[in-house]
Amino acid sequence: MTTNLDKPALSLGRIAIHAVLLLAVLLYLVPLVVMLLTSFKTPEDISTGNLLSWPELFTTIGWVKAWATVSGYFWNSILITVPAVLISTAIGALNGYVLSMWRFRGSQLFFGLLLFGCFLPFQTVLLPASFTLGKLGLASTTSGLVLVHVVYGLAFTTLFFRNYYVSIPEALVKAARLDGAGFFTIFRRIILPMSTPIIMVCLIWQFTQIWNDFLFGVVFSSGDSQPITVALNNLVNTSTGAKEYNVDMAAAMIAALPTLLVYVVAGKYFVRGLTAGAVKG
Amino acid sequence: MATLELRNVNKTYGTGLPDTLKDIQLAIKDGEFLILVGPSGCGKSTLMNCIAGLENITGGAILIDDQDVSGMSPKDRDIAMVFQSYALYPTMSVRENIEFGLKIRKMPQSAIDEEVARVAKLLQIEHLLNRKPGQLSGGQQQRVAMGRALARRPKIYLFDEPLSNLDAKLRVEMRTEMKLMHQRLKTTTVYVTHDQIEAMTLGDKVAVMKDGIIQQFGTPQQIYNDPANLFVASFIGSPPMNFIPVRISKQDGRLFALLDSGQARCELPLGAASEALDGREVILGVRPEQIALGSAEGNGLPAVRAEVQVLEPTGPDLLVFVTLNQTKVCCRLAPDVACNVGDSLNLQFDPARVLLFDASSGERLDLPAADAPAKDNVTRIKGR
Repeated sequence: MTTNLDKPALSLGRIAIHAVLLLAVLLYLVPLVVMLLTSFKTPEDISTGNLLSWPELFTTIGWVKAWATVSGYFWNSILITVPAVLISTAIGALNGYVLSMWRFRGSQLFFGLLLFGCFLPFQTVLLPASFTLGKLGLASTTSGLVLVHVVYGLAFTTLFFRNYYVSIPEALVKAARLDGAGFFTIFRRIILPMSTPIIMVCLIWQFTQIWNDFLFGVVFSSGDSQPITVALNNLVNTSTGAKEYNVDMAAAMIAALPTLLVYVVAGKYFVRGLTAGAVKG
Repeated sequence: MATLELRNVNKTYGTGLPDTLKDIQLAIKDGEFLILVGPSGCGKSTLMNCIAGLENITGGAILIDDQDVSGMSPKDRDIAMVFQSYALYPTMSVRENIEFGLKIRKMPQSAIDEEVARVAKLLQIEHLLNRKPGQLSGGQQQRVAMGRALARRPKIYLFDEPLSNLDAKLRVEMRTEMKLMHQRLKTTTVYVTHDQIEAMTLGDKVAVMKDGIIQQFGTPQQIYNDPANLFVASFIGSPPMNFIPVRISKQDGRLFALLDSGQARCELPLGAASEALDGREVILGVRPEQIALGSAEGNGLPAVRAEVQVLEPTGPDLLVFVTLNQTKVCCRLAPDVACNVGDSLNLQFDPARVLLFDASSGERLDLPAADAPAKDNVTRIKGR
């Protein structure tokens, strides 16, 4: 009788597995390491040394210059992302609540059609969206971008919330109705407090999508209203002067940091929320 | 406290679809305990949702205290409901669960505290008030769900299979407790169940439903002793009533049903001749406990010898299975009856208690009085 407990802690197979895993980790980390190392190097150091060499002199000059260049666009991104994420999540939650708990004639069809929105490529909505934004007088503004992202994100947020809410027993809503609660009271007092995991999923998903968006940003904004992704592209793709790789790398890190931060802070809810509906059944 | 009346209530989920509820008609008095019982899909839960106002009816009227509430929203009907799944609000503590309905109704906090204390004491859940529903056992959740309903002091309580999620032992305990509670509080209650024991033990009135139609509405005793049709007779009672196909024959102006066990035959007298029944194939309904072991000397009751095929000692009873008219028949005998498989038992029937059903429609057939000559005299005298 041998059990797992009797086994030696280190067998040959186990060492092999860990070695392979370690290799995979290193492989995935290399680009990040290169970016970080390069961002702290001087331009001379970059042109003489190799990619993975340690900086001769640690300098934040690249970061300072990068921040000076993209900070305005960084705030643009915040001004676009935060409202767009909050609004699309809020409307998605309300949509999901109605489509799961207050079904109406044709609500299934309605939901089915809404799902098409998840499969629409960005490119197909560019022209109609720019037409609409023009009519609304929102062309080339951050508010216009917020609107586009909210509308485009609704299909996903509604899907998330609706699928989460169908696993909540309908009897809860019935009980609350008999207790005298109305549509919004039930939503606010009963349903929303149960929604933390799916709210987190929605926030992370939407934040990542909107913050990282390039296409809508480059099409629907210009000049000072551009998001950081577009600004980063402009910075890296300038053909005049010498290439300042340290600035490019630092700017790229700055552009990526917020999504990383969101994952670190709320990441544990992400997996939990995505699997919650599946496990409860 | 209130009366409840349903007048020709109809419910359909769309034209062309079969009716979910058809001409439901019943009324209960203040403080009565009404049971809606039937197999799953019979419309009993739909009917309850209609009474609560969670679903609209498509025809008829629902009256509480003689006031038509059909068009009212659930909160205006002053009804509380206990759900099969309990439906406790998972993010609120037990106290908050009980308070929720009272707060929505803008009751002052001091009155709320008083009410929570009263209900918690009544249901012995005082020590659970600060816990979340997820930390409670099934039985405790059940109590909290009842507490939430009791706290509002509504006109009518609705219970939707409240015991069916409990294990067998707890279910019996809670059943007794609910009966005790009802005896103390005298609340008008509608209780949906598919469990015929709950139906028999708890109800003042029972409505047996099938396919959206009330098959019979009456006291538990009426339902048990005097079922309106084959469905009611088969649904209520455990072990269920025996249904034996018999041919009716007429002899000397009286009707008999022929029973054949393979080794013996017996003519069961059914009463005075009735031309309508003569020669017909009908279903004879007899409950297992209405078949007795015939005494050797005989006491005048008709009896038939039959071979024991299966024995099921249940503890309080001995269930004996024999074959009569090619049909398996269950007899409920005293546990101390000494017999073995293969033995022949002399089984006797009480003609006064057997029932006849139409073989095709399942409707109950009126039997002429069993004790024919006497009844005949009475009718004749009356006739003159």
